[in-house]
Amino acid sequence: MKGRFGQFGGQYIPETVMNAVMELEVEFDKAMKDESFLEEYHYYLKEYSGRETPLYYARALSEKYGGAKIYLKREDLNHTGAHKINNVLGQVLLARRMGKKRIIAETGAGQHGVATATVAAMFQMECEIFMGEEDIRRQSLNVFKMKILGAKVTAITSGTGTLKDAVSGAFRDWVANIDNTFYVIGSVMGPHPYPTMVRDFQRVIGDEARKQIQEKEGRLPDYIIACVGGGSNAMGIFYPFIEDKEVKLVGVEAAGLGLDTDQHAATITKGSLGVIHGMKTYVLQDEDGQIMPVYSISAGLDYPGIGPEHAYLKDCGRAEYTAITDKEALDAFKELSLMEGIIPAIESAHAVAYALILATTLSKDKIIIVNLSGRGDKDINTVAEEMGVKLA
Amino acid sequence: MNRIDVKFDELKEKNEKALITFITAGDPNRDTTVHLVLAMEKAGADIVEIGIPYSDPVADGIVIQESSIRALKNGIKISNIMDIVKDIRKQSSIPLLYLVYYNCIFKFGIERFMEECNAAGIDGLIIPDLPLEERGEIAELAFRNNVYIVPMVAPTSEERVKSILHNGRGFVYCVSTNGVTGTRDKIATDLESYMNLVKRYSKIPRAIGFGVSSSVMAEEFSKYCEGVIVGSAIIKLIAAAKDKKEAVSKVSGFVRELKRAML
Repeated sequence: MKGRFGQFGGQYIPETVMNAVMELEVEFDKAMKDESFLEEYHYYLKEYSGRETPLYYARALSEKYGGAKIYLKREDLNHTGAHKINNVLGQVLLARRMGKKRIIAETGAGQHGVATATVAAMFQMECEIFMGEEDIRRQSLNVFKMKILGAKVTAITSGTGTLKDAVSGAFRDWVANIDNTFYVIGSVMGPHPYPTMVRDFQRVIGDEARKQIQEKEGRLPDYIIACVGGGSNAMGIFYPFIEDKEVKLVGVEAAGLGLDTDQHAATITKGSLGVIHGMKTYVLQDEDGQIMPVYSISAGLDYPGIGPEHAYLKDCGRAEYTAITDKEALDAFKELSLMEGIIPAIESAHAVAYALILATTLSKDKIIIVNLSGRGDKDINTVAEEMGVKLA
Repeated sequence: MNRIDVKFDELKEKNEKALITFITAGDPNRDTTVHLVLAMEKAGADIVEIGIPYSDPVADGIVIQESSIRALKNGIKISNIMDIVKDIRKQSSIPLLYLVYYNCIFKFGIERFMEECNAAGIDGLIIPDLPLEERGEIAELAFRNNVYIVPMVAPTSEERVKSILHNGRGFVYCVSTNGVTGTRDKIATDLESYMNLVKRYSKIPRAIGFGVSSSVMAEEFSKYCEGVIVGSAIIKLIAAAKDKKEAVSKVSGFVRELKRAML
């Protein structure tokens, strides 16, 4: 069925935006078949964002844990410090092609917001970013960056003041300004064609990693590990390996304070089938379908749904999903900083944490690739707070 | 015969337009919801929409969002709302619809939801996030339980209007303007050409909703259609009232004024 991954996905959205979404689908399909569009997209990936990103062998870390070889796909080295810009460049170029003058986006950790504000600035487009007020508090550095970049940052005070509310806020603005506005969704979520479109703009991560590991090791990896909130960095690195059945794909969700508490964001692990933000997928909800508050130390993972293609990969058994607590992620954050001199985003630290657990159980001839989706500058305040350190 | 059809037939006989009013179930509490529905009927409302509060209502503006939050904080559940409808039905045969987001139906269980609607006396559903393309999964169960799924069109629908209205039943909900629910001073849509387009494909009555803030606007809108839907303006009165008695009296007065303006 159109726009479906098995039973997941779809277009559960108000009638007001149906024509816009259908137009987007047509324009996206045309653009992806247009050599000049793809050339332009790859031009900006290279010249503006600095791709390709390295696939770095983390020797010290691998040797310390004594098992599998751990490689890091360095998405943190992108311009703006995370994988988010891959997708933003694609969508904003598409918006320009469609003649849209105004760009809006939601953001949780602020990485997608910063990437969107950045690209909008480069193309001199009007830009408004919607962000939950709790996230604005947690990510004040990124909020200030967006403002420097000329974007308007609108606080969403409804609900839990986090990512899901930012999505709802952006969605409401989009409905009201459908004629001139392009909504740049930051993850593989929302109504069709967004999950497919965002995946296709993020698959560059996996395409590069596939080529790089073959150059370095002469073979494909045994495991690919990525953190999952909405799931775009994971989908981007997983997708080019889906047909390679020998490569195990592992998504790492946020277990927050623990899966036995109600303070987590482990949607696949603990959720049930539902509909949120235009898609049918796994959702953290009560028996009446009310969306539950979610929690994670990382503002980029605390979303109560998950991209529909992940739900599908889980159901058909092609990928597996696990969860890492705040504490485990913080330990991995420090460990990667100390052992490799790389300060990861707290989101990405969830993937690192699971890689370290897994590596010790594997023999030395095994290979793990961890998608290091972002860098940790934005999290320094949060980590300091957790460590009881007061920054000036 | 569905109560919605009976009502529109009656109104047509009398050459009247339908006044459709909206309140959120459980805001401020379940007893008041029952009283408000009965009071609105007495004051001239022809059809009532009862909102099932939802945690993430993307089609709603701030007034209905806050109303939903108040109701959910009161702990209201779908099963309580079914009981509210049963209580109303003991005293009234006014057509009743739920305004409900799809996830509430889906998670509750589509079949169970439709059966309970039928048993309680619900005549139709307005589901703002379930467009034509996704209606297949509920159409049959709704039909079997004599629950209408009210088709929705928007000013952006254009060539979609025909397929949306194919086999439409009850009435067609015409969203007045691009955006979310909420009172507005005026709307930018050319209602006349929009309503003419809808009429070309519609065998059922047309009701306009979103943005109606006053009896003046209700009167203006009613010239172009067979019904006018008023929601946020009523919710505001309930939110501002100091107690149940004041809420019921303020809402009754406003509904009376709306109906009079539309005559």
